[in-house]
Amino acid sequence: MSRIVTINTRDLDKSAKEGGCGECQTSCQSACKTSCGVANQACEKKS
Amino acid sequence: MIHCYKFDDKNIVLDVFSGSIHMVDEVAYDIIQMYEDHTREQIVADITSKHNVTEAEVDECLKDIEDLKEAGKLFAPDKFENISYDLKKRKWTLKALCLHVAHTCNLNCSYCFAAQGNFHGERGLMSFETGKRAIDFLIENSGYHKNLDIDFFGGEPLMNWEVVKKLVLYARSIEKDAGKNIRFTLTTNGINIDDDVIDFCNKEMHNVVLSLDGRKETNDRFRVDYKGNGSYDVIVPKFKKFVEARGNKSYYMRGTYTHFNTDFVEDIKHMADLGFKELSMEPVVTSPDSPSFLTEEDLPVLMQQYEDLAHEMIKRNKEGNGFTFYHYMLDLTCGPCIYKRISGCGAGTEYIAVTPWGDIYPCHQFVGDEKMKLGDIFNGFTDHGKEVSRDFAQVNCYTREGCKDCWAKLYCSGGCAANAYHSGGDIKEIYDYGCKLFRKRIECALAVRLSDLKEDDIYVPDADAESVD
Repeated sequence: MSRIVTINTRDLDKSAKEGGCGECQTSCQSACKTSCGVANQACEKKS
Repeated sequence: MIHCYKFDDKNIVLDVFSGSIHMVDEVAYDIIQMYEDHTREQIVADITSKHNVTEAEVDECLKDIEDLKEAGKLFAPDKFENISYDLKKRKWTLKALCLHVAHTCNLNCSYCFAAQGNFHGERGLMSFETGKRAIDFLIENSGYHKNLDIDFFGGEPLMNWEVVKKLVLYARSIEKDAGKNIRFTLTTNGINIDDDVIDFCNKEMHNVVLSLDGRKETNDRFRVDYKGNGSYDVIVPKFKKFVEARGNKSYYMRGTYTHFNTDFVEDIKHMADLGFKELSMEPVVTSPDSPSFLTEEDLPVLMQQYEDLAHEMIKRNKEGNGFTFYHYMLDLTCGPCIYKRISGCGAGTEYIAVTPWGDIYPCHQFVGDEKMKLGDIFNGFTDHGKEVSRDFAQVNCYTREGCKDCWAKLYCSGGCAANAYHSGGDIKEIYDYGCKLFRKRIECALAVRLSDLKEDDIYVPDADAESVD
């Protein structure tokens, strides 16, 4: 794979099979308050 | 679905439904973009004429692409629409409160979406009894959730500080027996910070959000007291003391940028130069007739600013003097699961705002809008409120038409319902201006992250069995 470097990322398909635990922080409680971004939320199971 | 873009010397390919990220050379960049709708012969002809490569080299790259596709890391199919359907049917339980302990403020910022703290209504402070009932309401309706979030918000919450402290102590006294773990946050303009606030918050608050817009001239343009005096000179020394005493506990220095400071990166740099390292800067939320409103003409300037910010962060990271920008934080391996990515902020379902009088709204940005009122903490959701809540449960990145072809939908879960409602009148719509900024931020966030790769960040096919999930 000399032309392609793949970065390790969370397997979304696997996370679908495991189900969501619902314990992570509500995104708007962190810093935004006026937009919605979930990409920067830490997973409670993994952190 | 893939998204391909260039950032400086990097060619980046994002595979939307696997969440995979690839950095590729020019040849692979072109081949990947042709792969789905061109034959092998077309690709070979095009690539060998454009690049100095042989047919065998093109075939080798095609084989690598096939292998990644087989491994589910490139051109992954969308398997998640059924999750969106399940989420719509789910019985939601509460998880988070935005507790409006003060609908009043000691600053008079004209751009404030909360209309200087009163949300276009009466001024008032939450009583301890009302706050206590709100906490009980959260716990009673929190179902299986163990971790609950309570943000003390306003207005300015420190104008009701004694009640905040009593409510924290009350919650602490009941959380264990209730089987809950409550995490408190506080959002403050800093004016009333003193040693008591610092000591208590650093002991009890999981996170504090400190409002500063950046440079003195930027901050003092809007963040003024009722006599018109700027707040910068009062709050910066207090924030410095607060953050210094906070140790390792998290905080955010959060600013708002407007039409008047579309060079907002200078404000972020200023905050970093003051010694603050956890930074956030949000576009103003205001009506089009406000002079602060961000215009279409501002958009290309803002896009460039986000790129400039990425460059600045990469530079400072290399110098060992980096800072965190909230929207550029991406934990690629321990980030949110697909359920979180689809369900989003939970406004109106898991997350509610409670006014000083106990009225419930889907989130702080809907407070004061009677059509959006869900009920109150004494009597629960009204029939109308249950309908509104159902509407919120129906909305995600799969149900919004505007998200259908967007590569970033699993990073924003369809965007902010309040932004959509206030810009287009419907929570089922999207706020296109915000979407453009959001997509740019994700591109830049990835560029920053990819500028600092370590050996164990790289996917090794043979190690797939042990790969992160």
